Amino acid sequence: MAAAGWRKTKNRIMWTSCAAALALLVIPVVWIMWGIVADGVSHWRWSALTTDQLGNGGGLLNAIEGTSLITFGVLVVAGTVGIAGGLYLAEYCPPGRGILRGASEVLSGVPSIVLGLVGYLELVVTLHWGFSLAAGIIVLSVLVIPYITKMTEVAIRNVPTGYREGGEALGMSSGYLLRRLVVKPALPGIVTGLIVAAAISVGETAPLLYTVGYYTKGPSLALTHSPVGFLTYDVYAFYTSQFASGRQLAHEAALVLVVFVLLLIVVSRLVVSLSQRFSPERQRRVPLGSRPSRAAPVPQPVPNAIGGTADEGFSGHLPSM
Amino acid sequence: MVTGPHRGGERPAARTDRWWRAERLVPKALRVATHVPLVLLVLLLAALAFRAWPAIRYNGFGFFGRSVWNLGNLYAPVVTGRGVPHPPGAAYGALPLVVGTIGSSAIALILAVPVGIGTALVVVEKLPPRLSAGIGFCLEILAGVPSVVIGLWAFLTLGPFLSHHVASVWADHVPDVPVLRFLRGPTGNGEGMLTAGVVLAVMVLPIIAATTRDLLRQVPRGTVEGAVALGMTDAEATGAVTIPWVRAGIIGASVLGLGRALGETIAVAMVCGDVVGSLPHSLYGSMSTIAATIVSQLDGAFTDASGLAVSTLTEIALVLLVITLMANVGARLLVRRVATTALPVGRGI
Repeated sequence: MAAAGWRKTKNRIMWTSCAAALALLVIPVVWIMWGIVADGVSHWRWSALTTDQLGNGGGLLNAIEGTSLITFGVLVVAGTVGIAGGLYLAEYCPPGRGILRGASEVLSGVPSIVLGLVGYLELVVTLHWGFSLAAGIIVLSVLVIPYITKMTEVAIRNVPTGYREGGEALGMSSGYLLRRLVVKPALPGIVTGLIVAAAISVGETAPLLYTVGYYTKGPSLALTHSPVGFLTYDVYAFYTSQFASGRQLAHEAALVLVVFVLLLIVVSRLVVSLSQRFSPERQRRVPLGSRPSRAAPVPQPVPNAIGGTADEGFSGHLPSM
Repeated sequence: MVTGPHRGGERPAARTDRWWRAERLVPKALRVATHVPLVLLVLLLAALAFRAWPAIRYNGFGFFGRSVWNLGNLYAPVVTGRGVPHPPGAAYGALPLVVGTIGSSAIALILAVPVGIGTALVVVEKLPPRLSAGIGFCLEILAGVPSVVIGLWAFLTLGPFLSHHVASVWADHVPDVPVLRFLRGPTGNGEGMLTAGVVLAVMVLPIIAATTRDLLRQVPRGTVEGAVALGMTDAEATGAVTIPWVRAGIIGASVLGLGRALGETIAVAMVCGDVVGSLPHSLYGSMSTIAATIVSQLDGAFTDASGLAVSTLTEIALVLLVITLMANVGARLLVRRVATTALPVGRGI
């Protein structure tokens, strides 16, 4: 009995320490959110949303406009390349071309500051673009293309093969079939990929510091020789400001950033849940973590927390049903 | 890597064989776009190597063994040494940066790996679905919060808290013996290696926890239930069956997190104290990492008309890129060999 008691104790110790680990994960989340929101709210002025940055303080209007413009540009450039890449990898890529997918995944591991440095040396200095919108958009696009590619590929792989077979049986042209029966059902996944890309472009600092520079007025639409203000700069440049107005600006910018990111997370969840509610073939949702779910693995087209999905090996067939 | 069925080739031929038809043009255009990442990687490496070449020649092999960072006398005429024009007295050594990068990333992994695995285990095995979805939401927030915001929080709150309330608990009581000596000494104001490491731990935690959670969900239930049926406790079944089943995947996730920690820039630059020329005296001393040095020194480097300072920064960027790429490729190969799950692509929401 003594041995059994010891085993029970060991069991309890192990799960207690796992619960402690869970607490260690939740505490920083709550601490960060609480710290940033409380600081931001106590410093908040509504006029920050309507005035440009000025001297040692001012507002965030120029940065909000700049960040929106940069993010829009990134979505256009990286969205085009990334969605096209994902589509090709899922639909056309002959087997054995792992290097294309591998290169995309490896590109996602390149530190953002390295991209910023190369963008600065090659685009800003060597090509004489100066601090410019185009340089920032290109560098950020390189950073987010792998995410969009991956999410697009996974989303398209999750479209049942039966859709294609049905389309072909009806004699659809391959382009029409691709648009209506492959890309359309995969749209929620593709949109989620774009949202991840938007969240990254809103939150990045290092690649932008030396490519778009900073400008205290709203952005012009010129592609080169056009420095642009952005939100993360206001945090990075003013958090140690000697002026209370500067530090206030940093706190406000941090609050706006957090709100942006939370909004994007909520929107991506909405996209996923709406698409599941209205999908023609409503997927049987087995509660996460309940035991039977693991006996018969259900493909999860729902992206996980960090831009991948749980099931990569899934090759387009729904489980037998 | 698992590739799907090759659907393209099985299609009946397009209705027309004219090359401008969308059916034939679209795949070609998509194919070009798919090659973009590969081309970019090659260009990136080539550009860095080209720019770094003068510094590689000037700094030589001793670069990673020296603790010195001196742009030289920028007001004197440029001289040529070892075939490279440089300001007189220029001397660079990356030892403090390498130590700072590896040290802070090591602290991050030591903290984040057990916490990540523990979290994943409890989420998959014990928590009700609603709660584990809530934890998933926490992971998304943690992965999505911009690093500059985490840096702001760490600079204002975490750093002072660590130095005044955590490190001070043991800093004066650690014995003065060779390795533990590094834990002794004044705990400073919260800017240093310990804070940088803890911040990095917070930032790589979502990668490790979410990937491990997804791996654990794939462990076949029957095998675990068999272990329990043989009389094992939950903990024993986890240790004997579940963890070994996904071990390579967990290692892969940790290495992916390591790659992230090595390359993280802004949050570290805000809390590291930014010291490039000397080694930290203790765990609490100011230091810098390769990534943080690039962002904080690039402005000043352009005052060096000979270009050596910029070239040196490019050299450390090249080193950082090679290390992170090796970590990334290694992690992915390791996971592909054993698991059906592939690793996600880094950080996002």
